[in-house]
Amino acid sequence: MSYELVIGLETHVELSTESKIFCSCGGHSAAKEPNDCVCPACSGMPGMLPVMNKRVVELAVTAGLMLNCEISRYTTFDKKNYYYPDLPCAYQITQLNHPICTNGCVTIKTSGGNRDIRIKQIHMEEDAGKLVHGGKSSFVDFNRTSVPLIEIVTQPDFRSAEEVVTYLNKLKSMFRLGGISECEEGAMRCDVNISIRPEGSTEFGVRTEIKNMASFEAIEKAIRYEAQRHMDALDFGTEELVQETRRFDDVSGKTFAMRNKETEADYRYFPDANLMPIIIDDEWLEQIKANKPVAVDEKAEEYREAGIFDKEIDMLLASHKIAKLLDDIVALGCDAKDGAAWILTDCAGILRKDGKTLGELAITPEKLSAIIKMVDEGKINRGAGKKILIAVIEEDVDPVAFCAQQGLDRKVDTSMIEQIIDRVMADHPQAIEDYKNGKTKAAQALFGACMKELKGAGDPAVIKELLEEKLKNA
Amino acid sequence: MKYYAAELCDRGTVAVDDMVLVKDAPATAGSRILEGFTPLFSAEAVTRLEEKGYSVSGKTHVGEFGLDLVGEFSYYQPAEGELKGAAAELVASGAVQAALGVDMNGAPRRAAALSGVSFLKPTYGTVSRYGVISCAASGEQLGVYAATAAGISEIMGVIAGHDEKDGTSLRQKEYDYSIEKNINGKRVALVKELLALADDATRARVLAFADALKKQGVSVEEISLDWTDHANTAWQILMTAETCNNVSRYDGVKFGHRAAEYKNIDELYVNTRTEGFNFLTKSVILYGSDVLSKNRYKDCYDKSLRVRRVIAERFEKLMAEYDAILTPVCKNTSYQPYEIRQAFGKVFEESVFTAIPNLIGTPALSCGGVQLMGKQFSEGTLLSLAAGVEKEGN
Repeated sequence: MSYELVIGLETHVELSTESKIFCSCGGHSAAKEPNDCVCPACSGMPGMLPVMNKRVVELAVTAGLMLNCEISRYTTFDKKNYYYPDLPCAYQITQLNHPICTNGCVTIKTSGGNRDIRIKQIHMEEDAGKLVHGGKSSFVDFNRTSVPLIEIVTQPDFRSAEEVVTYLNKLKSMFRLGGISECEEGAMRCDVNISIRPEGSTEFGVRTEIKNMASFEAIEKAIRYEAQRHMDALDFGTEELVQETRRFDDVSGKTFAMRNKETEADYRYFPDANLMPIIIDDEWLEQIKANKPVAVDEKAEEYREAGIFDKEIDMLLASHKIAKLLDDIVALGCDAKDGAAWILTDCAGILRKDGKTLGELAITPEKLSAIIKMVDEGKINRGAGKKILIAVIEEDVDPVAFCAQQGLDRKVDTSMIEQIIDRVMADHPQAIEDYKNGKTKAAQALFGACMKELKGAGDPAVIKELLEEKLKNA
Repeated sequence: MKYYAAELCDRGTVAVDDMVLVKDAPATAGSRILEGFTPLFSAEAVTRLEEKGYSVSGKTHVGEFGLDLVGEFSYYQPAEGELKGAAAELVASGAVQAALGVDMNGAPRRAAALSGVSFLKPTYGTVSRYGVISCAASGEQLGVYAATAAGISEIMGVIAGHDEKDGTSLRQKEYDYSIEKNINGKRVALVKELLALADDATRARVLAFADALKKQGVSVEEISLDWTDHANTAWQILMTAETCNNVSRYDGVKFGHRAAEYKNIDELYVNTRTEGFNFLTKSVILYGSDVLSKNRYKDCYDKSLRVRRVIAERFEKLMAEYDAILTPVCKNTSYQPYEIRQAFGKVFEESVFTAIPNLIGTPALSCGGVQLMGKQFSEGTLLSLAAGVEKEGN
């Protein structure tokens, strides 16, 4: 029989905030040792109270706006109870009854054309810590405890593993571009709900849930394996399908049922009285909207219209930082296509020599645009521009000062030349006297002195002309 | 056994009960489960007192997690003889000027009545709960024991006000704790049903208090409230659920007591908690887990939240007519030791007098062996009424 695959996704994404969700500890990315980023609050000591990190709300709302969600104006937190050593309070603070975003939709491009995936809800929650097993003991590391997450829950709208991976890739570039999450290894984790039904049927089949997968490759493999298992069960009666939670084993490429004990818990959800309901008023929402980055598709279109090639667009959109740098230099008056080349070719090339990637680029838009403008205006040639760029990237020098200092200008502006001529003339009163007395050779000596002061910069003809004029008037 | 003895001090010294953290002083909440736990920081109220030059002189025993009547079931100092609250007794003895206590289910109010001192449970959100060992977050408040209304007023002025470390702390910076409001012409309601629940001696106290008020020009009218039982049941459900959740962090993994014998993580949890909690706490944990469980949540916890809203509305309506409500604060004027297996029921029975302010976040003052309740932020009125009665007594 021919079957249709029905998949819904729950995706946990770690937010890029400077501090944890309910305390001022830094995120675990800052941690060097286990339990480096831990305070009495996130280690569950009595007497500490959670205090909401406003930035988390803003990033969750931004994600909701990018996924075309309705934004809840009244949102609350609930406690989810379970015992595990990596959960210091024995409850996780999450959102059950009033999630921050609902009813969204995202369009993905697949081989079969565009497909709309409906978003059921997005909610905010805290992450748990980590257990490290060693010998007879296990150790607990609370660095990741209370790191903010959003969970994005879709409707059962996926019909293939390909669609799931396309969707996840889209979320990834969206969130990177939006500064919501860097989506690094392990910062994006999925639970996959999967069932199959005969082609044309509108009823749902028996559903299984595969928990906690971090790599897209594993997700794809797990879906393919699980779909085949369901089909075999229905077609050949290999086993009886039951609604259950399973885990995917990377090594064998198979899914296994988890023990009931791990899955049939009653989490005893209830409202968290320590966190007041969050009210998102018009003013705040408008503020978040104003800062909202444009969606990936719109941004790509904008770059395409500016004449940037598709391959370059992908590189730019892979990082929020890089896309923003380009936008910033464009705002400072640079051409987008030219700017993209400076970033993707010149900057990337310089970093590559040092074994670094574009993600590690640290240059202010002001400095980069200053260099590009000097080249555009013909003050320096492109080779000199590159020389300045290297100095800026490696030593963070001021580009204009460095250019003058190194005498890289083709034309030094005349007021500066005049200043130097004036100084040289003041230093050589005898030469001027000689010149007045008809010794034209004296002018030659003054010219040499000026050239020396200017370190070779400046057009000699211009300098000569200015000097002669000044000598005549002296 | 004396655990933390408060030193005998002059005026200017304040004791805190063991639900309140003082940096570097062991904190146990009266429970074995926290044996050996030393906090890294002080409660905000303690810090504010110290900044104003008060000396926080010591800690007093509490019943395990403040769940009992007045403090009789402390792991460190079990009750002997007539039941008394340690902080209230210390204030009554004159050894300290005042004491801080956490009112989650009326224990400090009862203790004050039994020792002949006063205790104010302030409006929810006016005093920071930062550094309070939390059990029932939605209704517990840090309050003040003192010998007189004036003594409470002084300390409240120091500890109240916004604290950004507590998400439930109200933004307001200043509150009215004056004791010299003109009370002539104020209207006080006396709750018939609650008066009927008390013994003769307690009833006599309440009526004497009413007479003293009348002499100050206050009118006292008897009223009937048919929802005090509902308020109590709702609060016991919310309180046990929240406590069950908040004490679940005491699992032997991170701090406090850890069982010596265990083979795996489940045994570590079970043995530690079996040894660490007393029978009353275990009852509260079971009751609280039950009301939060999937098939009971809607009928118990969720319904209690709705009852809370309705009662808040009814109380507000009532307070549009009256300036304060007068009730007994406990059934009897003295209590004898009893079996811990009876504690859950006994506390439930007694908290019918005290539950409303915990449930809806309004203030209550235990003074002269009785209780005055008022609307939010009416502490000044309650304290002034109490001061008026104190004057009559002199």
